[in-house]
Amino acid sequence: MEIATREFKRSTVVEVSGRVDSATAPQLAAVLNDLMEQGQYNIVLDLGDTDFISSAGLRVLIDVQKTCQRLNRGELVLANVSEPIWRSFDLAGFVPLFNFYDDAMEAVGSF
Amino acid sequence: MDRTETRVFVAQYESLAVIDEFVAGAADQASFDECTAYQVRLAVDEACSNIIEHAYGGEGSGVIECTYHVEDDCITVILRDHGDPFDPQLVPEPNLSADLGERNGGGLGLYLIRKIMDDVEFDFPAEGGNVLTMVKRKEAGS
Repeated sequence: MEIATREFKRSTVVEVSGRVDSATAPQLAAVLNDLMEQGQYNIVLDLGDTDFISSAGLRVLIDVQKTCQRLNRGELVLANVSEPIWRSFDLAGFVPLFNFYDDAMEAVGSF
Repeated sequence: MDRTETRVFVAQYESLAVIDEFVAGAADQASFDECTAYQVRLAVDEACSNIIEHAYGGEGSGVIECTYHVEDDCITVILRDHGDPFDPQLVPEPNLSADLGERNGGGLGLYLIRKIMDDVEFDFPAEGGNVLTMVKRKEAGS
């Protein structure tokens, strides 16, 4: 898994490529927690190059969404979600918990 | 077409990507569509993560033996470990309609396995460990 971040005026885009599983989810959590500790609660997670997300990754997304939305200070939104990954989000009951965008720039524009 | 293959992996999280490649190859042989293949890979990943975390109580304590059997209309994946017996009855079902604040992601792995696979069976052989047998059938027309 590789992670790159891009800063925008009102949000930060986090691009994740490769696999998010029990081996790599802690690394994703660390990057997202760093952002939040710096006061960034408007986060776009760009999953366009993400091949796979297990429940270890889903747990990270839930925890980050909880922290972002606390006190209405922000939101974690998801962009570029592939059909297989979207279906696993749907199975896990995650769809109502996140806003989904077709591409990262559209998500950036939502903030 | 029937094909069976078995490989043994060290029970550590770094093995998950290698196990995934092994299972993806089986799903490919079964000619599953992309979404169904992904779901089978997800179920196996969740099961292997559970074995490492719960049966072995952490990484590096044993091995996971993974066997797949590809038939014309289904794929069977069998995972064997030598860890503590894992009682699926003790894992609470996640409440998928709960508000965000009440979600913690616990029990999600087992829930996904059961939701994705058509048959899921846990066996506890006399010699110890766990045997998990999971079957995914091809949908008509896929």
